[in-house]
Amino acid sequence: MSLTYLEAIREAQYEALRRDPNVFLYGQDIGAFGGAFKATKRLVDEFPKRVLDAPISEDAMVGVAIGAALEGARPIIEMQFADFSACGFNQIVNHAGTHYWRTGVPCPIVIRLPSGGTAGSGPFHSQSMESVYAHYPGLVILTPATVEDAYHMLLDAVALDDPVIFCEHKFLYYHLKADSLPDEAMPIGKARIARPGRHATIVTYSAMVHESIRAAEELQHDGYQIEVVDLRSVKPMDTETILGSVARTGRLLCVGESFPWGGVCAEVIARVVADGFHLLDAPPQRLNSKDTPIPYHPNLWRAHRPTALSIAAALRKLLQD
Amino acid sequence: MIRCLRRPPTAIVKTPATASTKKHSAKESFLTAYRHMLSARLLEDRLATLYRAGGKIVGGVYLSRGQEAFSAALAVQLKKGRDIYAGLIRDQAGRMAFGEPLLDTTRTYLGSALGPMRGRDGNIHRGRPKEGMPAMISHLGTSISVVAGMLLARRLQGRLGDTVGAASVGDGATSTGAFHEGLNMAAVEKLPMVIAIANNQFAYSTPTSRQFACADLIERARGYGVEGYKVDGTDLGDCLDVFEKAVERARHGHGPQMIVGTLLRLSGHGEHDDASYVPPQMRQSDLGRDCLPAAEKTIRSGKWLSDSEFDSLRIEVQQEIDQAFAQSMQEPAPDPYKETWSSFSTLELADGWQVR
Ligand SMILES: Cc1ncc(C[n+]2csc(CCOP(=O)(O)OP(=O)(O)O)c2C)c(N)n1
Ligand SMILES: [Mg+2]
Repeated sequence: MSLTYLEAIREAQYEALRRDPNVFLYGQDIGAFGGAFKATKRLVDEFPKRVLDAPISEDAMVGVAIGAALEGARPIIEMQFADFSACGFNQIVNHAGTHYWRTGVPCPIVIRLPSGGTAGSGPFHSQSMESVYAHYPGLVILTPATVEDAYHMLLDAVALDDPVIFCEHKFLYYHLKADSLPDEAMPIGKARIARPGRHATIVTYSAMVHESIRAAEELQHDGYQIEVVDLRSVKPMDTETILGSVARTGRLLCVGESFPWGGVCAEVIARVVADGFHLLDAPPQRLNSKDTPIPYHPNLWRAHRPTALSIAAALRKLLQD
Repeated sequence: MIRCLRRPPTAIVKTPATASTKKHSAKESFLTAYRHMLSARLLEDRLATLYRAGGKIVGGVYLSRGQEAFSAALAVQLKKGRDIYAGLIRDQAGRMAFGEPLLDTTRTYLGSALGPMRGRDGNIHRGRPKEGMPAMISHLGTSISVVAGMLLARRLQGRLGDTVGAASVGDGATSTGAFHEGLNMAAVEKLPMVIAIANNQFAYSTPTSRQFACADLIERARGYGVEGYKVDGTDLGDCLDVFEKAVERARHGHGPQMIVGTLLRLSGHGEHDDASYVPPQMRQSDLGRDCLPAAEKTIRSGKWLSDSEFDSLRIEVQQEIDQAFAQSMQEPAPDPYKETWSSFSTLELADGWQVR
């Protein structure tokens, strides 16, 4: 059996629906059509009452999820693209994110964001929103980089009593395959050493894990062993594993596909500088996309986001410092 | 006066509002609603006094003076434990009529740690989500889809039964995307919902002429594919009639019901606001009629309460209010050293970085 990242997301939703009658899916075109990316393919056939097409109303979709969660349901909302969650931003950050703290009543919703760039998608179908949502209190932000994590973390997300922003990467949907799914995965909130090393640490997540591993392989030819830490969940953030890695290597590069201002990479560096300054042999660095909207043309797009090539260049510079 | 808009509506139908054709709801619900109106008025008068005196209330005070009839008339149709009621900024009367304890108001305004919001949120931003009272956030329009979601969940779980979900908004909130998206979605799902729009002629200082271009908000019902009714929001009897009917129709599968009540806010937006932008002619018009003495007049003319019964009702209500304020004032304030400072219900996810 071989399974893609996208199929794992579909399977996880099937499993969530099967396990718990309180789970339901709500999103645009997710019923008979099976979703823009087919992440809900044929689920409506198996669960006709619990896979519902929504109007193009991201604010209302999230509002519905919040209300349903208060009544004991476990909604999974599919945003057609992460970018459109901006239209549901208010309900996400001000309603879902504040609910437990204000009222003591948890708000267990999962919002799936098909995230990140693919060639030709342009400014409004390519965004990575994890940094934006991580800024707000009360939201768990998951960024799976592997087929296994896509499956298990989505199931964990549904089981969690807090609102979860599930950032699944569209670039990984079809490219990434696994032969089988393990029965268990690491818990949410734990980072994973995706590749061990000792000369420098890359802290990254989602699709950038794979670009980073490729860059690390490239540098191996020069005799460098680069450690790659896959955050898995950017919020909560596993500061311990990050500091442990930096303690081994003394050098830190943070890689993220989202825009550079503020954000996950800035957060990682701030934590390492505050708690592990003495561990650093060189100033910590970060590599994000450029600070412009995401370009449409593949030539521009490839230059806009971090790639194995630009990560390798950043590593070389870091190792010379 | 009640105007009814049915689907497919051709025109707004006017029902002549003569005394003889008026069918007032039962005396009992009138008196129940009146009691909550009175209670809201007296409680809010006290809030206003405390606000002006300074010191006791931190933050704003938002009153519903003039809107008590419209607010209470909806909530008395609902039953806590079965129905859902999402009150908003001007729903002190409605909240109490639905069954919110008096102490929830006083504790939340006074910042008692024992209130439902425990000092984490204040004034009108309160609720008991597990008892069918979602806790409003400030952002207007957002409660429509939340109530819709609560109903949708009950339907999925097969326990919708006779539930009706009600959400209350003002004229200004109808301009938000959230209101539009929520009502549209509720109509698509044909949910048993009642949406009460209190058109009090202003959103903060903005008159309706700068808020919407349609002749009357009720016209929008047709666009959403929902049934709509317009009512004089200062007339408790009319409000009771229209909400009774709307709740009934929602309960019996006719989908969302939209009720526009026409009235005037008889206070500032908040107690910090002198509302000098409200033209005096408007205050003197029918819109500016105070619903509370108007309801009292009806009660007197029907001889439903004697003078002494009026007096003892007022004393009883005042005592309850005094007691709630006195108790809340003695209660502990929230303690920052005991605060968890974690936004997650799953405590093991709390970030040590933030919490320490
Ligand atoms: C989305 C949003 N924008 C602005 C505000 C600030 N605000 C609070 S109440 C209010 C006026 C609301 O008017 P209306 O809906 O007519 O209700 P009313 O106060 O008249 O009862 C405004 C502008 C808000 N709470 N939410
Ligand atoms: Mg208004």
